[in-house]
Amino acid sequence: MIINHPLLGPRDAAEFVYLGDASLINRPDSATSNAAEQFYEYLYLRDNVAGEMRELWYHEQGDRSWLVVTRNTLTHEISNVELARDVARAQGRNR
Amino acid sequence: MRYSALQIIKQGLTGNKGWTPAWREPEPKADYDIIIIGAGGHGLATAYYLAKEHGITNVAVLEKGWLGSGNIGRNTTIIRSNYMLPGNEPFYELSMKLWEGLEQDFNYNAMISQRGILNLCHSDPQRDAFARRGNAMLMAGADAVLLDEDGVRKLCPDLDFTNARFPIKGGLWQKRGGTVRHDAVAWGYARGADERGVDIIQNCEVVGMQIDNGVCTGVETTRGKIGAKKVAVCVAGSSSRVMSMAGMRLPIESHVLQAFVSEGLKPTIPGVITFGAGHFYISQSDKGGLVFGGDIDGYNTYAQRGNLPTVEDVCEGGMAIMPHIGRARLLRMWGGVMDMSMDGSPFIDKTDISGLFFNGGWCYGGFKATPASGWCYAHLLATGSPHETATELKLNRFKRGRMIDEKGVGAQPNLH
Repeated sequence: MIINHPLLGPRDAAEFVYLGDASLINRPDSATSNAAEQFYEYLYLRDNVAGEMRELWYHEQGDRSWLVVTRNTLTHEISNVELARDVARAQGRNR
Repeated sequence: MRYSALQIIKQGLTGNKGWTPAWREPEPKADYDIIIIGAGGHGLATAYYLAKEHGITNVAVLEKGWLGSGNIGRNTTIIRSNYMLPGNEPFYELSMKLWEGLEQDFNYNAMISQRGILNLCHSDPQRDAFARRGNAMLMAGADAVLLDEDGVRKLCPDLDFTNARFPIKGGLWQKRGGTVRHDAVAWGYARGADERGVDIIQNCEVVGMQIDNGVCTGVETTRGKIGAKKVAVCVAGSSSRVMSMAGMRLPIESHVLQAFVSEGLKPTIPGVITFGAGHFYISQSDKGGLVFGGDIDGYNTYAQRGNLPTVEDVCEGGMAIMPHIGRARLLRMWGGVMDMSMDGSPFIDKTDISGLFFNGGWCYGGFKATPASGWCYAHLLATGSPHETATELKLNRFKRGRMIDEKGVGAQPNLH
């Protein structure tokens, strides 16, 4: 698989480390009343979709940026690559 | 028909005209006591033990493709019970004991060969860890021998003992481990279940669950609605997809594991050898082909194929520990999709939906567990309570903090 890095261009997926579903960006707030339940779901449960999936890849052998890669889990086709930082900021996070 | 040497002679003398199909091709009935989704090794074993051990024969096994078309036909055929943790080891040892009597039990030649399995170690701490694991195995009634370097040399002299990075210092040897003809396991269980009255319905994909007020009353399939008192999901690799029909999210990711077979060679690999440090394991089939593999590719996928970086990694591991296989040519390589759970251990449990049961999360260790998985799932379905060796294989164990994490890497499925 070739991941088209937004800054570095096309890079071999072997340079990256895989974390999983991009929803892992949205860490629950530990101050809410049902935080334990939310953290259980955040840490252990997965949608595990068959089809287009947004996922976190870390460019460990490169510029060490986190990317959000949109990839089809049935075909391995990659349709979109974004910097995870941009995705998080677009969702209202400050970093 | 009972298979035997006498039967072969009899059939041979009468032109082999008397052989009958090993199972029927029944039409689905409107209702069953139990529906098992998935006619793979585990599903068929469950049906077999339900019929044989519990006398429950009004059972259907639904399969979207042909029976045995999933991971029972895509694995590297290894059986072993060399686990450590109390929630796991008694279960896998039960499986090993069932393997040992399986062929006589279901009257089918599964070519079970207890040629032994050897885990190599390369340092003092690793040997200490193996000693601990070996002791845990012995306490659970399994067999284990801690070998020093000479012991490993006697078993397999062709390894690279002086590898600069991973010199071989010894190994953990389980003599009762080995290999099995994997397809024959599915066929044997299917035949045994079928002749006791279980309907195995192929080309029948489940497309929906009938759930009313928290009670599962049946399934919708490509061949119509089928009612059931109990629905038992057994589709490792696709567990998340099937359970999402019941609105459940699972502690599972689907990953691909690749496997490889070389051309046939003269005997060179005794038993199964695992080189964990180099992500490589190997055995040699009865035909002479080297059967080997390594780690999962590491990203979520439902495609039954992997990518080249993992192929390279596996072959590098092989060359590091046994350079003499370097000239062997690869005949085939393939991938199987597996349920990677959050602690590397499986699930055999009821769900919060009454009448809906779940078996999955086998990671890359489902094949060796086939008999015990069927045995314990049948026990759960028939009696309503978990078998004594499967009490820890619960879906809610992460909520309760009772993970069974053999590797100790936490909720990161691609590291297990």
